[in-house]
Amino acid sequence: MKKLESSLKNMALALTGFSVVAGAILGWVNEVTAEPIAQANAKTLSDAIAVVVPGFDNNPAEAPETIDVDGVSYKIYKATKGGEFIGAAVESSSMGFGGELKVLVGFDVEGNIIDYSLLSHAETPGLGSKAADWFKKGAKGDITGKNPGEAPLVVSKDGGQIDAITASTITTRAFLAAVNSAYGAYKNQHVEGTSGATQQASDNNK
Amino acid sequence: MNNFKVLMNGIVKENPTFVLLLGMCPTLGTTSSAINGMGMGLATMFVLICSNIVISSIKKLVPDMVRIPIFIVVIASFVTVLQMVMQAYVPALYATLGLFIPLIVVNCILLGRAEAFAAKNNPIASLFDGLGMGLGFTIALTLLGGVREFLGTGKIFNIAIMPEQYGMLIFVLAPGAFIVLGYLIAIVNRLKKA
Amino acid sequence: MEYILIFITAIFVNNIVLSQFLGICPFLGVSKKVETAMGMGAAVAFVLVLATIVTYVIQKFVLDAFGLGYLQTIAFILVIAALVQMVEIILKKVSPSLYQALGVFLPLITTNCCILGVTILVIQNDFDLLTGVVYAFATALGFALALIVFAGIREQLSMVNIPKGMQGMSIALVTAGLLAMAFMGFSGVDKGLAALFGI
Repeated sequence: MKKLESSLKNMALALTGFSVVAGAILGWVNEVTAEPIAQANAKTLSDAIAVVVPGFDNNPAEAPETIDVDGVSYKIYKATKGGEFIGAAVESSSMGFGGELKVLVGFDVEGNIIDYSLLSHAETPGLGSKAADWFKKGAKGDITGKNPGEAPLVVSKDGGQIDAITASTITTRAFLAAVNSAYGAYKNQHVEGTSGATQQASDNNK
Repeated sequence: MNNFKVLMNGIVKENPTFVLLLGMCPTLGTTSSAINGMGMGLATMFVLICSNIVISSIKKLVPDMVRIPIFIVVIASFVTVLQMVMQAYVPALYATLGLFIPLIVVNCILLGRAEAFAAKNNPIASLFDGLGMGLGFTIALTLLGGVREFLGTGKIFNIAIMPEQYGMLIFVLAPGAFIVLGYLIAIVNRLKKA
Repeated sequence: MEYILIFITAIFVNNIVLSQFLGICPFLGVSKKVETAMGMGAAVAFVLVLATIVTYVIQKFVLDAFGLGYLQTIAFILVIAALVQMVEIILKKVSPSLYQALGVFLPLITTNCCILGVTILVIQNDFDLLTGVVYAFATALGFALALIVFAGIREQLSMVNIPKGMQGMSIALVTAGLLAMAFMGFSGVDKGLAALFGI
């Protein structure tokens, strides 16, 4: 076969032809992968929820409640066991050193912190990025079991009780601010939310 | 030219990173650890092999004047396929590499090989060229990532080699990328002369 | 005030080349002379702002409207390639002097990943059009600044003795590393300014 000449007709035909074929193939791949992508995203979220409020038997990721506090909206994933409200995971964010810092914080019914998970961040690798483990149980800046309702979490440098990540005070402040505001959102929904949870449970029983 | 030679050409003699100095953005941007470097290398290799094969098979149908846009369409299609597949099956790696996945489109290695090799050779040879260049790129990125990870955090592939407090953090950050690559290229230059 | 902050952040704190690693190829390739560096910087600024506007419109009114988000990469790169060609043709006709200054750099820009990178970032960060344009312009200024400073250093560097193995790209990369280190000194400046402005 001879190589096609660069006539206007050939060029237009070739360009359109290849674009159409490419578009069609991409459309098909998009169809095929849409489902697994949605599943992968849902799994990331439900895995994170399972870490921060363990022991539920419903599907919290399914129907988050969105509430607004001071113009900022928070997503709250309620966990129930046997129809009973056992806590919730709250998605919250604040501005860290390098950009937005997003955390998922798990609270039990009393508002004690069960665990947390750093969803996304833009902190300096090796410094601020340590926030992923720094505040976990047994680590230096352990926040688990603390209740921001009794006293807001404050870094020790500012007269509080939490040790800052080495050389990353700004990240620590941002992280604790996100946790505190998550608690604020949780408390807000908790008051009205408990009845909501029982409501749902009785709905399930019907 | 036999296929083995084509393959080794990409890995050693015309290594895209150390010799041709192509595709510097992902090379520097994604190599904060060995595993990230390897992931980026493999992703690029996938696109390179596919686009090389397709371009060399359709070269007769492509009028010369519009060959560049058509090559770009082919490359961009494979990049998009890769994007969707990675999102579905390796979301964590996709999130780490982030912006650099769509940017494979403008990686000079791809268009460069399409022009210099795939447009002139048969699909089988082009396959080996893609494989060789891709492997050369992957090896270079993994090496760079490994050195940076080791100097920065004392680990390689997340396995601790020396205590973390001896790590020099600067090597994981932006300046470290430039400096380590600079010295690696100097070493390669020296070895070539010997 | 917000826009000033975007400027400072994009130029110094998150410099596109030295901390985001976009546009490295022209950064290393056309930085041997200050003059060419300026030309390249201007060409990038010009195309980047145009490309941001055009891709933004395409994303909002074509891709989003028809649910074709997955065609983003392919659509953007084709638009950028076409745009660069058009700019080249128009410049040639309208302003030959500008074409003389920028012309040689234009074909190089299609494969400059900072164009595609920034247009995608604008969409990912959900900027509105004005913020996007300000961000694109500031980013281009940051690119130009890094490029010109780097070219200045390289001009001086060409006059000194360098060990054989380190000549060429090797010493250039190490120099760029030191420059990146210098720019790291700006990190946190945006935080301070934000607090100062009370944003």
